[in-house]
Parts: sequence; C-alpha cells; structure tokens
Amino acid sequence: MSAHTTTPSPSARSATRVQNRTAQRSLMRRFLARPEVGAMIGAIAVYAFFWTVAPSFRAVDSLSTVLYQASTLGLMALPVGLLMIGGEFDLSAGVAVITSSLTASMFAYQLSMNVWMGVIAALLVSLAVGFFNGYVLVKTKLPSFLVTLGSFLMLQGLNLAITKIFTGNVATNDISDMQGFNSAKAVFASDITIVGISMKVTVLWWLLFVAIATWVLLRAKFGNWVFAVGGQNESARAVGVPVSVTKIVLFMLVGLGAWFVGMHQLFEYNTVQSGEGIGNELLYIVAAVIGGCLLTGGYGSAIGPAFGAFIFGMVTQGIVFAGWNPDWFKFFLGVMLLGAMLLNTWVRRQASRR
Amino acid sequence: MTVNETTVADTKPIIELHNVGKLYGNVRALGEVDLAVKPGQVTCVLGDNGAGKSTLIKIISGLHQHTQGEYRVDGEPVRFSTPREALDMGIATVYQDLAVVPLMPVWRNFFLGSELTRGLWPLRRLDIEKMKKIVDEELCAMGIELDDLEQPIGTLSGGQRQSVAIARAVYFGARVLILDEPTAALGVKQSGVVLKYIAAARDKGLGVIFITHNPHHAYMVGDHFAVLRLGAMELSADRRQVSLEELTNHMAGGGELAALKHELAQVRGVDVEELPEEADLSL
Repeated sequence: MSAHTTTPSPSARSATRVQNRTAQRSLMRRFLARPEVGAMIGAIAVYAFFWTVAPSFRAVDSLSTVLYQASTLGLMALPVGLLMIGGEFDLSAGVAVITSSLTASMFAYQLSMNVWMGVIAALLVSLAVGFFNGYVLVKTKLPSFLVTLGSFLMLQGLNLAITKIFTGNVATNDISDMQGFNSAKAVFASDITIVGISMKVTVLWWLLFVAIATWVLLRAKFGNWVFAVGGQNESARAVGVPVSVTKIVLFMLVGLGAWFVGMHQLFEYNTVQSGEGIGNELLYIVAAVIGGCLLTGGYGSAIGPAFGAFIFGMVTQGIVFAGWNPDWFKFFLGVMLLGAMLLNTWVRRQASRR
Repeated sequence: MTVNETTVADTKPIIELHNVGKLYGNVRALGEVDLAVKPGQVTCVLGDNGAGKSTLIKIISGLHQHTQGEYRVDGEPVRFSTPREALDMGIATVYQDLAVVPLMPVWRNFFLGSELTRGLWPLRRLDIEKMKKIVDEELCAMGIELDDLEQPIGTLSGGQRQSVAIARAVYFGARVLILDEPTAALGVKQSGVVLKYIAAARDKGLGVIFITHNPHHAYMVGDHFAVLRLGAMELSADRRQVSLEELTNHMAGGGELAALKHELAQVRGVDVEELPEEADLSL
C-alpha cells in the first residue's frame, strides 16, 4: 500500500486558516450583486425623468394610477418571473387571464349561480391549464417555448369558440347584478383609501404577493429548488431535487396569477371580451427581464419583476401625463428593455469583479 | 472471471453487480459486468471513451436502470428509479459536471436537495446560519479554503469544486462514493489534491468507485481495478495481481494495438518496438 497517498490532516490545516472568512465581502458589493438592483436604479431614473418633464406626474393621485397599472401587470410578471428563474417560459400567460375571467363569468351566468362558484371554477381551470403546461413539458421534454405556444393557440381558440357557443357573441354577459358580485368585487377590484390616498386593492395584493414570493425564494426550500432547476436542471435532479414537481408547481403559479388578474378584470369591467389578452404574455416577460430575471434561468428575484412592472406603469402613464402621443409607448418600452438589459449586465459584471 | 475475494473476505461488499447489462433499444451499452465494492476500498473503473463507464455508474447511482443481471446493495437486490433512492441507501455520486448549479452560492449548492429547515409549515424556512456553519466546518476539515461561502460555486476552480462535491457526499453519510472522472479536467497539482480526498474518504471507511481513464491516477489510490472495453469487462483484478504497466496496456487499448502491430510495422514512421505482444497481455 506504499503507493497510496496519505490522508490530509484536517486539524493542522484548520488551525492555521484565517477565521471569519464569510464576513468579508463589502456591503456595497453584496447589494450590487442582487439581481433587482439594475431595475431599481432604472425605476428611480424613470421616476425622476417624468417628475421633471411632466408636472402632473408629481401628484399623489398620479402615483396611485401608476401603481394600479403596475399592479395588474406585476401580478402576472411575478409568477412569470419565478417561472423564468426556474428556466421556463409561458407564452400562454396572456390569454390564460382571459380564459380565467371567461370561465368565471360564463360558468356563473349560464348556471345562474352565485358568482363565487364561477370564481372557484375559474381557479380550477387556471390551475389545470398551468398543470397541463407543466406536465406536458416534463413528460415530453420539449422546450417550454413550443409547449406554451401550443397552449397559447389552443386557449385563444377556445376562448373565442366557447364564448360564441354560450353567448352567441364575442363578449360575455354583464354579471354585475348577480348574487355575490359585490363581495367578489370587494376582494378583487375595490377602491380602498390608505392615509387619504385612494387606490385599487390590486396594489395591496400585488405587494403582498411579492413579499411572500421573495420570502419563499430566498428562505424556503422551494425557492432553493427554483434556482436550482433553472440553473442546472440535470444537476438538481442528480442531488435529489424534485425537478418535475418544481416545474409543474411553477406553471401552476402562473395559472394562479392568471386567475387572480382574470378575476380582477371581470369584476372591474363586468364583462369580458373573449379576444383580448394576446400579446400581454410578452409584456410579462419584458417586466421580468427588466427586473433582472435571466432569460436562460437560474438567476433573478421576486422583487425585480415588481420594479419592472413599476417602470412599465410609469412609462404608460408618464407619456399621458407629459402630453405626448401615446403611439410612442411601445417604442419607449423597447428602449427601456434594451437599456435595462445593458444596465443589468453591467451591474452584474461590476458585482462579480474580484 | 469473478471478482477475487480472498484479500478482503472478511468485509462484506456494500454493492454487488452480477451480470449486469444495459440495452438502449438494440444498442448494448453494457453487458454482463461483475463488480463488488467493499467499505474502505477504492475500486477503480477504467476504460476508454464509450467503454460503458458512464452507463455503469448511471446504473449504480440510480439515474438509469439495468436491463439484465442483478444489482445488490447489502445483499438485497435493488432497482432504483431515482437517484434519491440510491442516495437514501448511502450511494452518492460526484458527477463529471459535479452536479452543482454554477450561479448558486457554495453553501446553497452544498445542501441542495437536502436543505436543513426550521420552524413549522407554512413558516418552515431554511436554517441558513446552521447550514453555513456546517459547510464552513466540513470544507475546513477537507482543507478547502474559500474567501466567501456566498460566492457562486461557478467561480471556484475545478479542483475546489470537485473537493466541495466530495465533502458534500461525505457529509451526507455516503457509504459508497462514486467519482466520475474527477481528475479528467484538472492539472497535475489539482489532481493530486483530489486524489488526497479520495484516500481520505477511503480511510473514513467509505467504499469508493473511482472512474477514470488515467491508469496512473488509478494505481495511486486503487485497491481493485476493473477495465471496461466496448461495454464488457476486460479485466477485473486486485492490486497485487496487476502491475501499473499491465494496467496501462489494458487501458491504452494495448490488446487492439498488439493485434495491429504487424500491420503497423509496415507503415513507415510508426514505432512498434514498445508495443506489447498479444501473449504478454493475457493474465
């Protein structure tokens, strides 16, 4: 056994090594290493910009409008962002919102039931759509781009066709006089006043969900798994992470988000246009990417997409407040996207420089 | 030929393979392999690319299932459907790609899939302090020094990552440690470091399966050598039955080269003097 190497003597090594090696990275660098920092700096810059050019943007009421706009996008950008950290896309997210509100509206109206029954039916359908996406993905191992492109087209067709079968029209009937409507509206679409500022209840829901998601992502087992399946799928599986379950749950969370936003739209407008929602899935992805979620997965945060949605809301409303032609909106959005990407990449490079 | 068991007849093998084979459709990736892994021993599996080394460890580690033969752990026949099941029986694998997530911090990688938590659901949360402390201690015990446990594991050197992965397997109670080409991408010095950890794991009483295509590395730490060729076991011998030279010849495709020696001799510029005769290779 003379050729065998000897065992290192751990005690001798550890005695000489420098203690406290975890505490050395400076606070500034750790802050810059967070994925959402780029979006935060961007949000401050956009806010300052519109504050300067549009005096009416400075009013408190304007802020609540911006926040409302941001919340309806942010409620979906959040689960889409989580899914993106988990390494997948969901192109069906936009039309899934409409599927959700159509289901609730028609289920309650056609069966003349309490609208809450429709809300529950919509929840089940939305979760089922998410489950379908996730299940097909993990079983076929096809790219999520293709799987969800398929479900995007299917849902789009179903939305139109089924609505026409039941209502003979492309929109659903008004459900505002039905039983349970008022309590449902209070939950999903009411106006509330906090310290004298009136705002939509969705803003509070949004902030609450972002807080919960942040906690789960950074402090819970599931969050660890999300980063792992997005960062290196096979490695995660090899060390015992339930990869399939994690991905399916992420898709179902997008379904949950679609349900919530769908319910908000239904109880805000009382009827639903069956052809809407197309194109929104890209806005969700844009918000998540501006918020620092890596397109290839494994990196990002829950608060990042919130900043992304906030920037989106500011640009939408800021253009109006500044009195500019809203036709320019998409152009600005594209500029924002590219700018955010450059900023994020730059910040990340600064943070990882040693 | 069966595995020679005279040297360590007193220790019972943890893992035994009998005639284990694997078919991918019509393709035979592995056929009729016998192997025994005993605690406190390093079993080296050698072979060229495509020899079936990876298939073999994937079967042992539970990523794939064998299609013929018997795979026994502690004498009981098993058939793992996930790596988790193999892990639960103490069979841990350190893969070529190390099964780490490059963008995640060192400590999160260390505990990935086996996170420590505290508190009750729904407030059950990662016990970050405790995990960091354990990682710090474990890495330290292996003599690995890192500046910062928060740094993404992708920023570590190959040898460091390898060592972290070995430390992780040892910490999680592995009885059998499967190392898939741990020295393949490393320089001489870093390979030495990894070989040290292999020896350290063996001295802790683990059964180590060391997959490599470098007979020199294998001979430095190995107790038993198995050479695979084209999916079949070409050699299975204990350390005292085989010399480094023989091992190298088997490994380097010596058998095939010897058969080609005659033909090669007619080609100008090919030196065949050093190639062994076919007769020298049979054991």
